[in-house]
Amino acid sequence: MTFLVDLFRIVAIVVGTFFFVAGTVGLLRFPDSLTRLHALAKADNIGLGLVVLGLLPLTENVLAAFKVILIWALVLVSGGSTAQLIGRALRSGRR
Amino acid sequence: MTTAALAGLVGAALVGFGLYGLIVQPHPLRKLLAFNLIGSGVFLVFGIVARRGAAAGFPFDPVPQAMVITGIVVAFAASAVAVALIWRLYSETGHVTLDPDAWTEPSRERES
Amino acid sequence: MSVLPFIDIGLSILVVTVAASTIFMQELFAAVVSYVAYGLLLAFVWIRLYAPDVALTEAAIGSGVTGVLLITAGKRLVPLSRTTTEAEPTLTLRVFAGTFAALVACALGAAILVLPDEPPSLAPEAAVAASGAGAGLGNPITAVLISYRSFDTMLEKIVLILAVVAVWSIGTDGAWGNAPAQLRQARPHPEMVFLAQVLVPIGTLIGIHIFWVGADAPGGAFQGGALLAAMWMMAMMAHLTEPPRIDVRWLRLALVAGPAVFLIVGLAGVFMAGSFFAYPPSLAKPIILFIETFMVLSIAAALPMLVAGPPNERPVP
Repeated sequence: MTFLVDLFRIVAIVVGTFFFVAGTVGLLRFPDSLTRLHALAKADNIGLGLVVLGLLPLTENVLAAFKVILIWALVLVSGGSTAQLIGRALRSGRR
Repeated sequence: MTTAALAGLVGAALVGFGLYGLIVQPHPLRKLLAFNLIGSGVFLVFGIVARRGAAAGFPFDPVPQAMVITGIVVAFAASAVAVALIWRLYSETGHVTLDPDAWTEPSRERES
Repeated sequence: MSVLPFIDIGLSILVVTVAASTIFMQELFAAVVSYVAYGLLLAFVWIRLYAPDVALTEAAIGSGVTGVLLITAGKRLVPLSRTTTEAEPTLTLRVFAGTFAALVACALGAAILVLPDEPPSLAPEAAVAASGAGAGLGNPITAVLISYRSFDTMLEKIVLILAVVAVWSIGTDGAWGNAPAQLRQARPHPEMVFLAQVLVPIGTLIGIHIFWVGADAPGGAFQGGALLAAMWMMAMMAHLTEPPRIDVRWLRLALVAGPAVFLIVGLAGVFMAGSFFAYPPSLAKPIILFIETFMVLSIAAALPMLVAGPPNERPVP
């Protein structure tokens, strides 16, 4: 049982880290600011979500698990809004 | 090499980088950035002293860490005063430079 | 075979690289963003040094609020990345600065490597301070800040107020009494308003929580106060509230409340516990939390005022 939980944790964190690496490569290699925003948003949302999922079995109680999920939700909200703001600034700067 | 020694060397390198930037960079805001870099390098040296002072059941020595917390807040306050000074310099002379000869020159763009 | 040394080495290389890019990057805005990223990476280094409170403070104030300060400053200074008449630094200046900086860094590194093997430590005194404070504080750093080195912390709060006074005095004489102009938004974007409306209530709760658990777990007055300050700044940037005029009474009371309460409790300690800044042992923990509450209020009031800058020329109707 613990072996399955450990396997799930490792898989979740590895896949989440892959999304982060992909987002970083996109940040460095994409030609345009808008496409870089797209790459970063994926890294934030899915990558962090998978890492959080992988860390959940390590938390001591339900309250700590709720706090970790709250961190992910806050990053989602602020990351998405910030991407929208940067996108709006890019579009208005282009005109 | 322990974590503390490695972090201490990183702090020394940061002080070196910050010192170079402080002397070489002409723009006052970049000098401020370099100065903050020096400050955080010094705080890192404090931190390794705190880590090495592990005793009495704690994995660290709390007194240098409390000093670093205080120092970070004071460093921010000093940066805020510096930014206000730079802004006043710009609004008075129209230039963002520490070169006194440039202040008397007319500027192309001036904040009314 | 532990993986931690590799993490340490990789983290160190990363921190030094990002710091170097802050110095050598050509554009000012990119250098400021690089500095913010450097601050967040430094928080990781603090975690590896077993300093979670310092990591929180570095991430919140060192990289977060300082980043807001520098970006709003850069936005307001129109010639962003060029000085209009200053010449490029000469090669001799670069060589001299480089050798001088390298010498200082090597001297500091050598001093670190020859630190004595039996490190001196004030941890036992701090442990006494933490356990002696009434019910016992679980977080030794809070005990050091408010009890063992309480005078230093009170002086540091006064330094914050002096910085606010300095920033306000830098405005022109005719502008005294007006509201600062830095954080005001003429037409805030709807995404910003949405973000503020969602984050400010949650962030305020989290800030109060971080301050309250600072007595027993990593956290404390500075970290919680920085979060509350960020929430007020966000509300101002989203035009949900106006930057206050600098001569309103509630602002000045909020700024002064922290060090004033600290000083009064310290003076009261002369009568109640025998010496300046001593707390009676049975009441120590409630007194510490009482002082910290007003400290949080002062920090949450002072930090946005420092970012907001000097009062504006033209009074806003």
